[in-house]
Amino acid sequence: MQKLLLLGDEAIAQAAIDAGLSAIYAYPGTPSTEINEYIYHSREAKEKGIISSWVANEKTAMEAALGVSYAGKRAMTAMKHVGLNVAADPFMNSAITGANGGLLFVACDDPSMHSSQNEQDSRCYGKFALLPILEPANQQEAYDMTRFAFDFSEKYGVPVLMRLTTRLAHSRAGVARSESREQNPLSLPANHRQFILLPVNARRQYKKLLGQFPEFERESEVSGFNSYEDGPDTRLGIIACGIAYNYLKENYPGGKVPHPLVKVGMYPCPKNHITRLYESCDEILVLEDGHPLIEELLRGMLSRGKSVHGRLDGFVPRDGELNPSIVAKALGFAEVPSVPVPDVVVGRPPSLCGGCPHIYTYNALNEALTEYAKGRVFSDIGCYTLGALEPFDAINTCVDMGASITMAKGAADVGLSPAVAVIGDSTFTHSGITGLLDCVNDGSNVKVLILDNATTAMTGGQPSAATGRIEAICKGLGVEDTHIIVLNPSPKYHEENLAIMKKELEYQGVSVIIPRRECIQTATKRKKSEIKAKKAEL
Amino acid sequence: MKKDIILAGVGGQGILSIAATIGMAAIKRGMYLKQSEVHGMSQRGGDVSSNLRISDEPVFSDLIPRGLADMIIAVEPMESLRHLPMLSPEGWLITNIKPYINIRNYPEIEKVLAELEKVPHHVALDADGIARDLGAAKSANMVILGAAAPFLSFSFEQLEDAIRSIFGRKGEEVIRINLEALKAGRDVAISSTRIQAG
Repeated sequence: MQKLLLLGDEAIAQAAIDAGLSAIYAYPGTPSTEINEYIYHSREAKEKGIISSWVANEKTAMEAALGVSYAGKRAMTAMKHVGLNVAADPFMNSAITGANGGLLFVACDDPSMHSSQNEQDSRCYGKFALLPILEPANQQEAYDMTRFAFDFSEKYGVPVLMRLTTRLAHSRAGVARSESREQNPLSLPANHRQFILLPVNARRQYKKLLGQFPEFERESEVSGFNSYEDGPDTRLGIIACGIAYNYLKENYPGGKVPHPLVKVGMYPCPKNHITRLYESCDEILVLEDGHPLIEELLRGMLSRGKSVHGRLDGFVPRDGELNPSIVAKALGFAEVPSVPVPDVVVGRPPSLCGGCPHIYTYNALNEALTEYAKGRVFSDIGCYTLGALEPFDAINTCVDMGASITMAKGAADVGLSPAVAVIGDSTFTHSGITGLLDCVNDGSNVKVLILDNATTAMTGGQPSAATGRIEAICKGLGVEDTHIIVLNPSPKYHEENLAIMKKELEYQGVSVIIPRRECIQTATKRKKSEIKAKKAEL
Repeated sequence: MKKDIILAGVGGQGILSIAATIGMAAIKRGMYLKQSEVHGMSQRGGDVSSNLRISDEPVFSDLIPRGLADMIIAVEPMESLRHLPMLSPEGWLITNIKPYINIRNYPEIEKVLAELEKVPHHVALDADGIARDLGAAKSANMVILGAAAPFLSFSFEQLEDAIRSIFGRKGEEVIRINLEALKAGRDVAISSTRIQAG
């Protein structure tokens, strides 16, 4: 079969289709979005009846996947690293329930924060939950590991975590598929109490997981995804995790590393290989993207024994993603000479698209707030976060999904007035609803702007769970009818919108303003496809 | 053959079509390829780049080591300069000179062009103007690819063939326009590098 040219994300998606996946649920987030996008648009997935759904958030996605697994079928969810925080509750507890049908969680980490607010390492979560973790080094491994993960999950009755980073998620290479497999039939867990985490059952299940852990360790030691590659120069031994393996190989002609090398692609760590390396070499260098997880384990609190180099002693920078040049420096190679960036080059930050409805919302909001001191706008995660930049300089916070409403509430409760929250439609249904309920219950003096562009825009226009139901949700939560106001964020309505905002800013209580106009990107796409459809009709 | 190429531009300018075309030509020749892209926030009018690596031997890293790129292919002049630290001393810079101004502090274009002139091996051309003259305003990126063609170690026919594969679904007219843009870019590169050599 001819190789497919796939992103790391897409390789995972294709592998899941081939592995007999029955359902994937996800919330979009860079760099994980393309996993569900691929399945969502795959004709093959449609023909096979695979469910692909964009749902309210990562927690609901993971729980739905767990339900599929309960019913005996293979399920997956994919999220960005901070999405795993949202799904942390089902994640930790699914390790205790275990799986029935094969269950794979994919977390895409974003070291260097290309499109994120932190660079947390999902391997720490996997270790925390005592689950096996897979970390591919390349696109083909992403495919092969996904196939392996479902089988492993069913063999041991545990969920499996796959962790990759932005660079692999968004890099293309040729991928060979292997033979595809049918979906599982419906079959309930043999033990009808497996998924009831009452303390009495949970204790039993936890002991089962603890008992399985040595088996996971043994699997890691024999896994083809972990390997020991011998080398003559034992002054240094190297451990390379995931994509760091490529950066290491890049530094030697033909990829021939002269030092003993342990490649890590599956966790728990392969103790046998690492012990052999430690005993064979004078010093150890650990290369891992993200947190110095293995490095910390090897050093221990007291740093006794042989020297271990990596992020903790400055051989590798403590933050940011790895690359071949950083690894070259850690290996002691002379820096390749290069010219600096000319002074004439200035930064080009991302910006709101021309005609974007958020521009007009911010223009009106900024003007409405001129009579108050600055520092009163709590924002959230989405395109509208770009309101932090020039020329708007319109927002003062951006922390996590939904934090706009709840932070505004806290500040309002202790006397900040006005306290304004700015949140997108999709972010509102992701994590804003419960915060707004708190505001209503406490009678908090918050002004909530729900910017409704009818899509999840930042990640490329996935369906928004909020579309068509924002007013009904607000009303259902108890926001007063007269303080649920819809605006059209267009220049021609500027004066009208400004007057409404000013009035609502003066109101003491929960107010929801919904500036509503379709995202300019999705509107353009929609119009293009409509024209195409019309042409096809003719 | 092995080529490490940095593609640069502004989100929405079409650098991924250039990458896809070169990638297609490489795949058809049975070469190995890795192509790292930028998705997410930067695509909203920010600076974007792609690392494209093609080789007869397996490619390890998805990223090109600093100072070792064979080429920078840019659809925007200031963006071409942003990646100069990646370029090897023998490497070529191929860039559009038409600025894309979506920031308030965009430098004076004369200063940008003066910096381009300092790059030992470069081809700088008004791809937007050339594309417009061909009646193919949207194909400036293919003009740039054409200008890069003499340095890519593909035959021109291989690139033409790749364009036919990439744009095949969009119809004959789109293919024809892009092929013309490719040729126009190549002609500029050949004549301008001769002048430099002379």
